[in-house]
Amino acid sequence: MQESGRPRLAVYKLSSCAGCQLQILNVEDLLLDIAAAVEIAYFPMASRQMDPGPYDIGFVEGAVTSPEEIQRVKQARQQCRLLVALGSCAAFGGVPANKNRFAQRVVEQQVYQHPEVLNSVEARPVEHYVRLDATLRGCPIHPEEFLELVKGALIGATPRLPNYSLCLECRLRENACLFAQELCLGPITAAGCGALCPRLGRSCQGCRGPAEGVNLAGFARLLQEKGYERAIIQNQLGKYAAAAPGVALAMAALRWEEERR
Amino acid sequence: MNEAQSEAGLASTAPGSGSQPQQPQQRQERLQSQPQLQPEQGQHQQPAQAQRLVQVEYMARVEGEASLHVKIEDSRLQELVLDVFEAPRFFQGFLVGRAYTDVPELVSRICGICPASHQLTALAALETALGVEVSEEVRLLRRLLAVAQIFQSHVLHVCLLALPDYLHYPSVLEMAQRAELRPAVERALRLKKLANDLTAWVGGRAVHPVTAVIGGFTSVPDRQEGEALRERLAAAEEDVWVLLRLVATLCLPQLVRDEVEFVALVHEQEYPVNEGELRSSRGLVARPATYRAVIEERHVPPSHALHSYVRGRDTLFVGPLARMNLNWHHLPAEVRQAAEEMGWEFPDGNTFASIRARALEILFAWLESRRLLDEVLSWLNSPSQVERKVRPPRVAGRAGEGAALTEAPRGLLYHCYRLDRQGRVESADIVSPTAHNVANMQRDLEAYVPALLDRSDEEIALQCEMLVRSYDPCFSCSAHFLKVQIDRK
Ligand code: SF4
Ligand code: SF4
Repeated sequence: MQESGRPRLAVYKLSSCAGCQLQILNVEDLLLDIAAAVEIAYFPMASRQMDPGPYDIGFVEGAVTSPEEIQRVKQARQQCRLLVALGSCAAFGGVPANKNRFAQRVVEQQVYQHPEVLNSVEARPVEHYVRLDATLRGCPIHPEEFLELVKGALIGATPRLPNYSLCLECRLRENACLFAQELCLGPITAAGCGALCPRLGRSCQGCRGPAEGVNLAGFARLLQEKGYERAIIQNQLGKYAAAAPGVALAMAALRWEEERR
Repeated sequence: MNEAQSEAGLASTAPGSGSQPQQPQQRQERLQSQPQLQPEQGQHQQPAQAQRLVQVEYMARVEGEASLHVKIEDSRLQELVLDVFEAPRFFQGFLVGRAYTDVPELVSRICGICPASHQLTALAALETALGVEVSEEVRLLRRLLAVAQIFQSHVLHVCLLALPDYLHYPSVLEMAQRAELRPAVERALRLKKLANDLTAWVGGRAVHPVTAVIGGFTSVPDRQEGEALRERLAAAEEDVWVLLRLVATLCLPQLVRDEVEFVALVHEQEYPVNEGELRSSRGLVARPATYRAVIEERHVPPSHALHSYVRGRDTLFVGPLARMNLNWHHLPAEVRQAAEEMGWEFPDGNTFASIRARALEILFAWLESRRLLDEVLSWLNSPSQVERKVRPPRVAGRAGEGAALTEAPRGLLYHCYRLDRQGRVESADIVSPTAHNVANMQRDLEAYVPALLDRSDEEIALQCEMLVRSYDPCFSCSAHFLKVQIDRK
């Protein structure tokens, strides 16, 4: 910490859409108070003043998709006492990890006439390379959870970040359950969004990643029994969390079962 | 603009180097007393014979990284290369094989600042491919969603990115610490929140909205919340004007290239947002389906970006300035009067005047969202009827191709999809506003730098950065992450 006694904050960006960083700036009511309570030492999206580390809390947004980003995430770990994944890209590979289904050159050629100038690797979550101290889920993160984490750090309390199934939250809100008609990922997705999508008439797409302790393989089998094709199940489970370990396992289990039959 | 600017820039380019920013008061005076683009005598004068290499490397926000390489020999500009790296996310690649229903949600993640624009453009393109028509109610709700997005994005750019630059603060947070600026910052943050809440009212949440789907919306906005928003919008009038007047105090550099080609949508009845025909200041006319006949992309290694060109001609310039230049008469009278009051005239060829166009579009977005909100609220007297009109129809996947053009906050946005018989994506073609502008930025820099040659390397770098940032490119925020490399013979 600096002489000021305020914890020093850093926000790093890897491959991402910047939406999670924007959510930090979207706490308009409290932004100036936060800036008084912590020292925003490194946050290029918000400030050109970039003070060198070390920092007390670092937030990493984005998946790791290039050799330079591998270096940057390692450097971030060294610079920060606490390192936090900011959103599903950093936590589970997020949307960038959708490309991992293809051979690298295939996706590159769809976009570029000269892919040889590019230099990218499979999209990985931050934890593939370095240890994390906390995870803020969501695509994008929920501003309340960001506040909860910062408050927790300030007063020395463990932040309350739910990791149980969304169905609990959804039922408590008395939404009409959509599971019978649609492919809702609520049962295996972590709560914390207030069941936003089911409340607005849309099935959960899983943007907060797998909840803790859920049986992903069992859920995948259930979907298959309901008549969904394996490719659809794979796309759906992998949309925001392709690089979460349980997802690969669940898909492998489905494939083996299909082969046995 | 002046050396004060370069000093402020230096402080950030060499973190921890000990150079202290000046007091804002002093800087402001100097800002106003300096003539624009006059070569400065004194400490920044460069020896004429030196070969100089100005290297600006900055981290990207959305489109990846961008860097600028300037080579000066014997006081002449020898080489200038602007390179934009695209972050290796390969949307067009991994969309192949996905169900059409996944597309709007995935392309939303191209940009967290203008996600609704990508969603709405994809929806329009896919609906063309699938032969889906939408109701007038859906059309209006989508316009409100897009206008709210422009509102939010422009307030973000003007207040959080551009004003600190022009007023020489590292960020809006330092601006807020000055007693005389704090009220303006608070007003701006209030506006930003209002714009975000409007987006969330229609879309469910501000970043990556969830309710807009093929053919309609999954839910109807809440009436009570809408009424509260109406009150807040009405109360925001002063906030909008304070921001506009603040922009009017800025002393802008000047860069006009006579050959520049402004491109924007033009609509017969309204200021273009989600619909219209492509037009340009040099007579170009196209529709989404004929876009590729008039605009082409080239990928020239070692550059990492695809650059857009008007076929058979040169670069193009999209964004709020182009919109304003081509649609002046479709702006509400209040907006045109405001421009007059500020002493601004359009069309304006000065790249740096983009910030004025942006400020005026904030006023436009405020007016337009009030109008649209009132209309939506009037339907909500009978919510079940609205629900029927916006409820998404059952759509069967089928083969087809569809393209769409819209005006995102940063300018013209193009999406095109080809679907197979099951409605899965066979190919996707997406050109973002920043991609449209990159080659034009390079042309602008080539025209701007020769007039700056007798300034210091740092100042040249900073001026270039300011010029690029006036496009509000997707990597603008990260242009703050600036490294200057100087190589002299
Ligand atoms: S998690 Fe979603 S919102 Fe956050 S950076 Fe990634 S794509 Fe953007
Ligand atoms: S709608 Fe989805 S999240 Fe809600 S209870 Fe049903 S399955 Fe769970």
